Amino acid sequence: MINIPSTFRISLRALRVNKMRSGLTMLGMIIGVGAVIAMLAVGTGARQKISEQIASIGSNLLMVLSGASTSGGIRMGAGTQPTLTLSDAEAVEKECPSVQAVAPILGGTAQVVYGNQNWSTGVTGTSPNVLIVRDWKLSSGRPFSDDDVKSATKVCLIGQTIVDNLFGSIDPVGQVIRIKKIPFTVVGVLEAKGQSPNGQDQDDTIFVPITTAQKKLFGTAFPGMIRLMSVKARSAEDLVKAEKEITELLRQRHRLSTKQENDFTVRNLTQMLQTAEQSTKVMTILLGAIASVSLVVGGIGIMNIMLVSVTERTREIGIRMAVGAKTWDIRLQFIIEALTLSMIGGVIGIICGITVSRVLSNLAGWSIVVSPFSVFLSFGFSGLVGIFFGFYPAYKASLLDPIEALRYE
Amino acid sequence: MKSRLLQPPRCSDMSLVEAQGISKTYTFGEVEVRALCPTTLTIEEGEFIAVMGPSGSGKSTLMNILGCLDKPTTGKYLLSGVDVGGLSRDERAEIRNRKIGFVFQGFNLLSRTAAIENVELPLLYNGVPAEERRQKAMAALKKVGLEGREHHHPNQLSGGQQQRVAIARALVNNAPLIFADEPTGNLDTKTSAEIMDLFVQLNTEASITVMLVTHEPDIAAYSRRIIRFLDGCIVSDEARSNA
Ligand SMILES: Nc1ncnc2c1ncn2[C@@H]1O[C@H](COP(=O)(O)OP(=O)(O)OP(=O)(O)O)[C@@H](O)[C@H]1O
Ligand SMILES: [Mg+2]
Repeated sequence: MINIPSTFRISLRALRVNKMRSGLTMLGMIIGVGAVIAMLAVGTGARQKISEQIASIGSNLLMVLSGASTSGGIRMGAGTQPTLTLSDAEAVEKECPSVQAVAPILGGTAQVVYGNQNWSTGVTGTSPNVLIVRDWKLSSGRPFSDDDVKSATKVCLIGQTIVDNLFGSIDPVGQVIRIKKIPFTVVGVLEAKGQSPNGQDQDDTIFVPITTAQKKLFGTAFPGMIRLMSVKARSAEDLVKAEKEITELLRQRHRLSTKQENDFTVRNLTQMLQTAEQSTKVMTILLGAIASVSLVVGGIGIMNIMLVSVTERTREIGIRMAVGAKTWDIRLQFIIEALTLSMIGGVIGIICGITVSRVLSNLAGWSIVVSPFSVFLSFGFSGLVGIFFGFYPAYKASLLDPIEALRYE
Repeated sequence: MKSRLLQPPRCSDMSLVEAQGISKTYTFGEVEVRALCPTTLTIEEGEFIAVMGPSGSGKSTLMNILGCLDKPTTGKYLLSGVDVGGLSRDERAEIRNRKIGFVFQGFNLLSRTAAIENVELPLLYNGVPAEERRQKAMAALKKVGLEGREHHHPNQLSGGQQQRVAIARALVNNAPLIFADEPTGNLDTKTSAEIMDLFVQLNTEASITVMLVTHEPDIAAYSRRIIRFLDGCIVSDEARSNA
């Protein structure tokens, strides 16, 4: 029999009477909700950025490095012993059914010169497959071909950073650059990819045929040697299978007995990034949790003000009780008041949170994602805060003795 | 629950108020203050009673108990045949809402709230729909002669007018019983007379039972029965022949 609309009107009037106080109390909620929204947006944005990076290094990627990760109990840096060869790479591509493509890699740093410009960068010898493996496209020109690899021609693909530093506005395709003083013809330009997950500029790179790298640039004592191979599995589900197939095949090819350890290391890059993604998720939750603390503080502010309000309005409560207000009539009046404070604060907080997120996204330069979930969560949470922190003052009000309340000055 | 409270057993010899040995004692640690001696009192429908006595003699204490605002320490209190002593807090609130109107010395209106909304208050807690509430409150304000003042706030009204609003509030739910604790205590003689005329009118025309506390013999003279208190006890209870 409780009249909700009228009770609501009573509560609203009480809030309007003390505008300043209501406003300041709401401010606590606004800051709390705003912080939750903004923090979750930053966290979600960071996670999305990592997802983008996963896509940028190429999906379903495995890396096979020469050298064991542990050798006779002593940890060795992977890639320290030259054990992988070009024919290993070819064999993996041909014989492992879960593998879609393999790019052998042999690289190093080299001085690159064009005209009077020079630039020091990473030069990678590889096969045309590298574009498939790393999901990379050309923005102009053409890739080098298998024939280029076979005959070790001096051609190269260059990344956007190289273009910017050596060529400026000149079209690089067809131009000749000198890598370690050896002239190479630029046949194509790689699309810009941005930073890698560990913060390296992926566009600061040059691709040359693997054979050219072996013979002309990074000559090795061990013929056909490569440093590592990038392997693309057919699908995310095939990653584990591919890892096993590669290990078996290479152990066989390297004639390792069952007692011997692998003389190579297979790394699942996608998995590593997924772990990173997972940890960002944890970070998001953590940020959200910290922001929730301010929400709770806002709630305590509401409780505080409601307690003051109950004391101030003791006489009013007495009058209401004298004319027949029951326990829940009084309780609801104050709960609705607290709820109104927290919900209005919540809505304004959501608006502020979104605005702050927008500003942050502009400053940080990465997309910040305000998920409907976080909006819904904050809204629901501010409602709960209102009810939770409004209940005690309302409860206190409802227990007042009518006579004493009427006599209260 | 409602039916028990609102339609009590109707016996022909039942009184409106039947207090049997009700008393009130306040205890502060070791010290006991007896505000009201065990008192037995009967009030019939349609009576107009004045309660007199020096300050601190227990008049308000009695009124509060009879008005279901307070519970007696001992004794039994039947209001239209219902034993109020056994009722819960909310049930007593319901009794106050439906059966009892209060008028206080200090008016006790909600400030910052229009007269009409003050009068509507008992209806609000009775679950009356908004439109009906407005109509009934208007009618009650008209009855106390405050037409056209509905939207004034208490601080825009004179003391007499404020007390009229309080009386309208006591009337609006058609309560058969009005308790007025020094209703004219804050008013001048002329305004007091106006307010008392209003009570007499309600008593004779609407046969509302009125019990009021006063210090002034002039005011008590409006009643037909006077109860006198001293130190928590009734010292005399007599009908006035000439009323
Ligand atoms: N809440 C209370 N706590 C303790 N003592 C109380 C309380 N209320 C009343 N008393 C005591 O009870 C006695 C009767 O008080 P009551 O208010 O009934 O007097 P009264 O006759 O109405 O006086 P007045 O004419 O001044 O209004 C007084 O001695 C008072 O001190
Ligand atoms: Mg008194």
